[in-house]
Amino acid sequence: MDMNAYLSMFIDESNDHLQSLNENLLRLESDPEDLSIVQIIFRSAHTLKGMSATMGFEDLAALTHEMENVLDLVRNNKIKMDSFIFDTLFKGLDALENMVQDVIGGGTGKLDVTTIVTALKSIVQGDYKTEGPEVAQEAAPANAEATEAVNDAAALLDEYQTSVLMQSIDSGLSVYHVVVHVSEGCILKAARAYMVFDFLERTGEIIKSHPSVQDIEQEKFERSFTVFMISSSSADDIRKGIMSVSEIETADVTQLNRDSLSHLGRRSNEAPAAAPAQETPVATEAPAATAAPATKTEAPKEDKPRPAAAAPVNRTIRVDIERLDALMNLFSELLIDRVRLEQLATEIRRADLTETVEHMARVSGDLQNIVLKLRMVPVESVFNRFPRMVRDIAKSLDKKIDLVITGAETELDRTVIDEIGDPLVHLLRNSCDHGIESIASRVAAGKSETGTVHLRAFHSGNNVFIEIEDDGNGINRERVKQIAIKNGVVTPEEAKRMTDNEINMLIFAPGFSTAEKISDLSGRGVGLDVVKSKITSLGGNVSVTSQEGKGSIFSIQLPLTLSIISAMLVKLGAEKYAIPLSSIVETGIIRKEQIRSVHKSFMMEFRGSVIPVISLSKILECTSWTENGEAETEIVVIRKGEKLVAILVDEFIGQSDIVLKTLGNYLTNIDAISGATILGDGQVALIIDPNALIK
Amino acid sequence: MGEELKVIVFGLGEEEYGIEVEKVRTIERMMPITRVPKVPSFIKGVINLRGVVLPVIDLRGRFGLEESTSTENSRIIIVGVGDVEIGFIVDSANDVIDIDSDNIETPPEIVGGIRAKYLRGVAKIGENRLLIMLNLAEVLKQKEIDQILEIEG
Repeated sequence: MDMNAYLSMFIDESNDHLQSLNENLLRLESDPEDLSIVQIIFRSAHTLKGMSATMGFEDLAALTHEMENVLDLVRNNKIKMDSFIFDTLFKGLDALENMVQDVIGGGTGKLDVTTIVTALKSIVQGDYKTEGPEVAQEAAPANAEATEAVNDAAALLDEYQTSVLMQSIDSGLSVYHVVVHVSEGCILKAARAYMVFDFLERTGEIIKSHPSVQDIEQEKFERSFTVFMISSSSADDIRKGIMSVSEIETADVTQLNRDSLSHLGRRSNEAPAAAPAQETPVATEAPAATAAPATKTEAPKEDKPRPAAAAPVNRTIRVDIERLDALMNLFSELLIDRVRLEQLATEIRRADLTETVEHMARVSGDLQNIVLKLRMVPVESVFNRFPRMVRDIAKSLDKKIDLVITGAETELDRTVIDEIGDPLVHLLRNSCDHGIESIASRVAAGKSETGTVHLRAFHSGNNVFIEIEDDGNGINRERVKQIAIKNGVVTPEEAKRMTDNEINMLIFAPGFSTAEKISDLSGRGVGLDVVKSKITSLGGNVSVTSQEGKGSIFSIQLPLTLSIISAMLVKLGAEKYAIPLSSIVETGIIRKEQIRSVHKSFMMEFRGSVIPVISLSKILECTSWTENGEAETEIVVIRKGEKLVAILVDEFIGQSDIVLKTLGNYLTNIDAISGATILGDGQVALIIDPNALIK
Repeated sequence: MGEELKVIVFGLGEEEYGIEVEKVRTIERMMPITRVPKVPSFIKGVINLRGVVLPVIDLRGRFGLEESTSTENSRIIIVGVGDVEIGFIVDSANDVIDIDSDNIETPPEIVGGIRAKYLRGVAKIGENRLLIMLNLAEVLKQKEIDQILEIEG
């Protein structure tokens, strides 16, 4: 079977399961008594294990398997969750995530997880509390799963049977413990079981079977049965023989020796202390639990009735992202033709043509909405890793922090989603690290011990806003000023004139970092300026408001989509350019004498303030037009943050929805140009990057 | 006998050049080119090739030779190497021929004013026809566009 065909499905689904594991573990941590959550976690882990084993990612399967063992004890009330177990499970999850990432990157998903596995095993054995996780080495069962299975059956062996088995071992025969699973959906279970028994009786002597042979003949068993037998054949031969019977899913044959038998005889309910030795007992290596034993317990667990799935499932299909991109490209072709048709219709002036074109315009408008919607992903896919992150940060900083997420269903273009994760991580860490105070200082300030960080997403117009609000210390503006001056971000004179808001924005300046000591989390000098430039490159904006002692709000404004934008088309002589509408403040006409020359640069008065005037034709080296000969010139006032600039253009063409295209890989980083678009007449127009015009 | 190569033949000034056919996406007639500011002069701008925006360069200018004005015969050859797609303006493109890779000889240091590193070799076809084979990967490298050897005409 070619596994590659299933790989992408595997990746998608394991990501889903990892996410659900993460979420539910967090839920469980806040409510450790709720065993229904453990059930959900267990199911996720179980499915993940099965998938990994099928795909041949054995390390993944092995680790999940160990985690499952722990969860199994928890859900059966054998052990209680405590912080050590949580931490170990979270560590295990991280390792699983790393492995899946490796698989996504084309790797084999291999990772050394020995320490985690050891810790998990020590939990299963229950000795971590006394001896600590490291000491578990010698006593660790080679295969806890097998132990359990044998354990269950052990209670069934009476003294006589045990002694028969003992004698057989003494006389050099092999004693096997055989667990057989019948495939799900097998109709003639009894017949299959009979065939297995038939084979076993031919190869050796059956000492004991569970359920009893009579019960099995009457189909009084779920999907598996256990047999103790004596035989001179090898374990492998027996396994092969059983597997040759059709509709048998697995057959696990374990050879028993005196030791393991005597253990079996003695042990009843106490926790397993030693392993029934397999042919090759392996100490604590992670791969010990390989794919074969991993599948072993699947069947009995599936036998138990499954509670209905917790969350209602939406009817969705998975679509390859490339197909969506192709659809988007085709649609933009259509959009260009539509504009062309509209032009032709106005030229030809035939009523029925105009009508048809108008109708087509409406339909394509609807189509555009749907196509863009298809690419929209809820921010949830980014947000859902934050609860875990904030938990870890809070733990490592010894703070108490609640993360409250609202509006996770808000949708954003996939391209934005892909990029927004890192800036948000940075801001959240910043809030947890610098914003929320330590428990002691919170209490001293009369606040509750637990700090709260709100993460909100919401729509507003053509934008999506994401806000991160903390009820921490707020920005200490005096300190910000001092640091900015010390780091040469501003001069002392400039700092004096700055408004509160401007001082707040200083923390986004390159080379600024307020962390007094460099911590693990934030404040490595890779300051918030990285966040700002990333968000700006996405066509967004970030701002901060803060009240000292009360907390800060970081607000990110993002465009809904990056592929189609509204733009103003302008002419420079024979050339046409597009200016994104989002950065245009207004357009107008000024007379030449209104432009004043100050220190060789040009300024003009605009609504009570003086703003610079830029010659677009000079910047773009346009030869077919300059503003010099004109008595009156059209201007476009653009904005970047607080700064305004007027740029001189030849003529306005009008406003239009344009499809963003790149200039390809040969032309990269062209100053003042952010991309290109195709106009209705099929010509290419360059898109001006307003941010590059404002220094 | 070496391997058989299918080669698109195009003219630039007096010379004939060749590009392996699998590197060529399409050959287009001249079309409106949108100028791009602040780029080397041999980059003529960008075109709209069925919805995709592609840069176009003048090959003669790329090699530091005098650029020719476009005529009725001028063509834009769209080539793709790796993840770079680009159009070449050439004086004419009108032939596809088979050549034997054994017939490609290592170029001398400079051929027709073009440095050897941009060339894969010179192929001899028939009695007195020479075809200059381009090394596209090198031609499309951006880094050293300024270091083109100047040859007086």
